[in-house]
Amino acid sequence: MLIHQLSLFLENKPGRLIEPCRALAEAGVNIATLSLADTQQFGILRLIVNDWQKGKAALETAGFVATVTEVVATEIADRPGGLADVLEIIEKGRINIEYMYAFASRSTDKAVLVFRFDHPGDAIELLRANGVNVIGIENNETSLT
Amino acid sequence: MHGFAHDAGGSFHPASAPDFLPPAQLRALQLHRLQVIVKRAYDHVALFRARMDERGIKPDHIQSLQDAALLPFTVKADLRDTYPFGLFASPMSEVVRLHASSGTTGKPIVVAYTQEDIRVWASVMVRSFAACGLGRGDIIQNAYGYGLFTGGLGAHYGAEALGATVIPISGGNTDRQIMIMQDFGVTAICCTPSYFLHLIERAGEMGVDLRKLPLRAGVFGAEPWTEDMRRRIEPAAGIKAFDIYGLSEIIGPGVANECMCQAGPHIFEDHFLAEIIHPETLEVLPDGEEGELVLTTLSKWAMPMIRYRTRDITALDAEPCRCGRTIRRIRRIGRRSDDMFIIRGVNVFPSQIEAALLKAEGTLPHYQIVLTRDKGLDHVEVKVEVTAEVFSDTVGAIERLRAQIGQAIEHILGIRVQVTLVQPRTIPRSEGKAKRVIDQRRI
Repeated sequence: MLIHQLSLFLENKPGRLIEPCRALAEAGVNIATLSLADTQQFGILRLIVNDWQKGKAALETAGFVATVTEVVATEIADRPGGLADVLEIIEKGRINIEYMYAFASRSTDKAVLVFRFDHPGDAIELLRANGVNVIGIENNETSLT
Repeated sequence: MHGFAHDAGGSFHPASAPDFLPPAQLRALQLHRLQVIVKRAYDHVALFRARMDERGIKPDHIQSLQDAALLPFTVKADLRDTYPFGLFASPMSEVVRLHASSGTTGKPIVVAYTQEDIRVWASVMVRSFAACGLGRGDIIQNAYGYGLFTGGLGAHYGAEALGATVIPISGGNTDRQIMIMQDFGVTAICCTPSYFLHLIERAGEMGVDLRKLPLRAGVFGAEPWTEDMRRRIEPAAGIKAFDIYGLSEIIGPGVANECMCQAGPHIFEDHFLAEIIHPETLEVLPDGEEGELVLTTLSKWAMPMIRYRTRDITALDAEPCRCGRTIRRIRRIGRRSDDMFIIRGVNVFPSQIEAALLKAEGTLPHYQIVLTRDKGLDHVEVKVEVTAEVFSDTVGAIERLRAQIGQAIEHILGIRVQVTLVQPRTIPRSEGKAKRVIDQRRI
């Protein structure tokens, strides 16, 4: 089960982060979580929103290049060692993580990890086999938001 | 006469007859007209007379077309120095129209037409449109700017004389251009190629599929463009894109135009004498060799132009064209010698940067070249818009793209430049000529 994440190219300049957030707000799209990878010159903003199709359309209308990436979200216990346990499973399965970020879910005592794998299908199989709860959500609704 | 039937565009327009003159007849006509115009320039324009006297050349020294090489060159600065009317050969009472160029470096240049000059100009525009397969029944959206710029009125008069329906919409207001194109059933458009790219982009945003409209031809000019731009434009808009060439100093648009074979613009040689020279030694080069295009007007009465240095780099192509036209072609002009900039001693043309971008990305993104100077050192920054085709959501992939662009440019130019990736639509879109080079150096 894969989640649709929106990725945006941003120049590393003051004020550039506001514009996409404003565009999503005006379209009534809620941001569940985000991560920003930045270099001196540019940044990549990654967003998980409640309605990715609407979000993508709003961003494109505002002039951004928004691409959709399929990522894997897992739910883990929000306690010391929760992340380390999952990473250990992935490492032992020799699956490469391109990047990841995490956030705490407000409705439960769980934390959510978002991964981009080079082989997401294998990763999901591996995680499930080891009892990790992979969150599968149609159109990113549910406990994420 | 030669086989008009090869002109895949369909019907033959009678105005196109001079395009098919037997070469000997064409050269004889050119020589006769050259002799007349040189005498006129000598008798009526102080600058031409002084320059010829300096060299000891009299009009009757012109006994063959090769003798044109005896004549002095004219350059753009001559038009500025004689601003506004110093090169006119006709009294104002015979001048029916003035045009002027945008003066980016001070005073504009002014050009003049008699009634007959206007008729000749319309006739070469008729031949331009006819060569693109256009004629009566076509609806031509003329998006060249109307006003002092020669593009708008030049195309307008030609389209009317052709018998087509003209929509004199002028430049700008892209949304309205697209609406009218749809509602009026436009079959051809005239504008700069960079503006048409902008129009394609905007139509996409508006959800208009240009390929589904009756639009079938674009007559693009007023700035250099490339085969790669043609390959982008044609499938995106479902049209054939033709290159039109011209310049105000000579007449405006209509000096040369492509035929249905799209193999380089045919020069209307009965009105314009073309030579190619080496831009530094100034010697005349043979057909096929690349150099600077030099043009002499053969019939322009109000303002004859003798051996005008266009600064456009091209070559003359005397190979027979499949369309049957006997007038020679110029190779597509990808660069101008004055668009060239020198960076750390290296001559650079924007078209070279364009070739590198195409190589790195596969498509041509919007770009801009910014030149700066810091502590006596020149610095080149190439700003490139990130498009959906090349954007990937990992830092490593974006850095690789940036490195590839930098390497492709370095490979072609031999110098290292700074590549800056910028957000889409942050580089200004021109509604006229694309401003590819921003030179902020104080020299």
